[in-house]
Amino acid sequence: MKKNYTPPSQGIFGQIFDTVLVLVLVYASLMVPLLFKAEAKAEAAAAAAVETVKATWESLGQNAIQQAQWIKLGYDPEKAATLINSRFDYTIDPLMLIITIVVVIGYFLFMLKVSDKQYREVIAEKFDN
Amino acid sequence: MASEKITSSGNKRIAMLKVLNPFHIWALGVGIVLVGEFMGWNFTVGKGGAYASLIACWVIGLLYTCVAMIDSEVTSTVAAAGGQYTQAKHIIGPLMAFNVGLYLVMAYTMLCAADALVVGDLMKSGAEVMGYANLDTKPFVVLTVAFLAWLNYRGVFATLTLNLVITFLAFMSLIVLFFAVDPLHQGVVLQHQALLTDLPYGWIGVIAALQFGMWYYLGIEGTCQAAEEVRSAGRSIPLGTMGGMMTLLVAATITWFVATGLMPWQYLGQAVTPMYDAATLLGSSQLQLMLFVATAFAAIASANGCINDASRAWFSPARDRYMPVFFGAIHPKYRTPYRSVLFLVPIAISFAFTGLLDQVITFSILSGLLGYTFMTFNMIKFRKMWPLGSIHRGYIHPFHPIPAITLLTLCCATYFATFLGYGASLLSIMAFYILASIWFVLRRYKYVKRADQFTMPWPRPKGY
Repeated sequence: MKKNYTPPSQGIFGQIFDTVLVLVLVYASLMVPLLFKAEAKAEAAAAAAVETVKATWESLGQNAIQQAQWIKLGYDPEKAATLINSRFDYTIDPLMLIITIVVVIGYFLFMLKVSDKQYREVIAEKFDN
Repeated sequence: MASEKITSSGNKRIAMLKVLNPFHIWALGVGIVLVGEFMGWNFTVGKGGAYASLIACWVIGLLYTCVAMIDSEVTSTVAAAGGQYTQAKHIIGPLMAFNVGLYLVMAYTMLCAADALVVGDLMKSGAEVMGYANLDTKPFVVLTVAFLAWLNYRGVFATLTLNLVITFLAFMSLIVLFFAVDPLHQGVVLQHQALLTDLPYGWIGVIAALQFGMWYYLGIEGTCQAAEEVRSAGRSIPLGTMGGMMTLLVAATITWFVATGLMPWQYLGQAVTPMYDAATLLGSSQLQLMLFVATAFAAIASANGCINDASRAWFSPARDRYMPVFFGAIHPKYRTPYRSVLFLVPIAISFAFTGLLDQVITFSILSGLLGYTFMTFNMIKFRKMWPLGSIHRGYIHPFHPIPAITLLTLCCATYFATFLGYGASLLSIMAFYILASIWFVLRRYKYVKRADQFTMPWPRPKGY
């Protein structure tokens, strides 16, 4: 019969270090996308600024009822133009799509493989000993 | 009511109190989610137009119905705190369990931050109506999180009883609003024929809308976190979860119907509090006040449920040494994971103060989505390793494996939807989970007691 694994105990400083490390990773992953977004937002704002000049309900394609609702919501054509002209860009970059697919699938494959190895250790200790 | 449990290595643990019933489970699940009907769901309109939002509502409703079916079976069988984390530990393995624990903590903590921000913004809107411009929202954010954390610290029964009351009131306000807009007579109040447009982005916009479609239901799976604190997990979890899904499907459809009949889609697609805006458009001060209170109740109920779930999702891996063991303590008097509750307070507040609301929401949604993807192979393995009849199940979901396959297909579509517009965030968040996994394998796993990871009284799994 194989002896059960006895883990080392972790000191308080090690616990603090591990907790802080997780938090640093979380904040980093929240901040990184901003680097990609800053440039895109500046371009979009510049484009929107050009389009909002002399906007009218007609030029914005709003019918009579839509115009009435915008006015009730406190918007005039120039203010509403910012929202109406703000559009998502759904152009697909094939390289980025492939990278994303590989990352997501690779992550799950890695996790399932390592988990299976660890699970066998758990089952062996639980049922063999 | 068990007060102590003994691990396989012989250590005694203080257990949590078993005091909850199916209504509390309903309140926990719906309470977390219902705020999504008051704000957040409308970003689907921005990504694909009003019709895309309705399609996303139903398609993602199907995704969550699969989640509820799968969760009900596995949780009613693995009745322990940590919900999906504990399921992963018993069915897939430690690394998966560690990741699932992180998904839950991140999804709920970030959702809690977003909820607290809504409370702050709502107070600011209310103050503006009363003539006080530029109200500072920060004290309201801090007060909301701190008060709810105190409630969670003191005990689960009072926490979820509060949720039951305010969630029910918030849901009823949607019903009242629905009848107030005279739904059977188009053109009187509702103006769907003039406000509904074609799909502004075509069908790609419909797929893109699936991302924020998750806001209609995100968090219903949190019912599993209370599995260790319900009197009868086999009865309460399926009843509370399925009842919650039905409530949310009704609420989501009502919400879409009312809001799209009152507001142009371009406004609705970026509104912070669309249902409050809907009441404002109706010109009734009573309705406006009701929706103000109901939106606040929905946000508070959600934040409350999120603190409850996030603390348990942080506590459970800590108890098993996946995370620092300091957080794995239960309060000797209140029987709550008090250190985890307190630890998450400053974190939720700091997330709220980053000013990165869209990043925070995307992190929450993606963490949830990763968790749903895990459920698909968790369910397939569960039935394979312990076939029907080999162990007692509190509930058996029908049509297996169709729900698991449907769920995986819809998860893939939602990853693609997130890629459309939020591709950088998707990769960044995946990088976080990959780095955290490597850290777990190289550093944390050595602290884990192997045999303690399997605590269910089940026979040896097939194939192992």
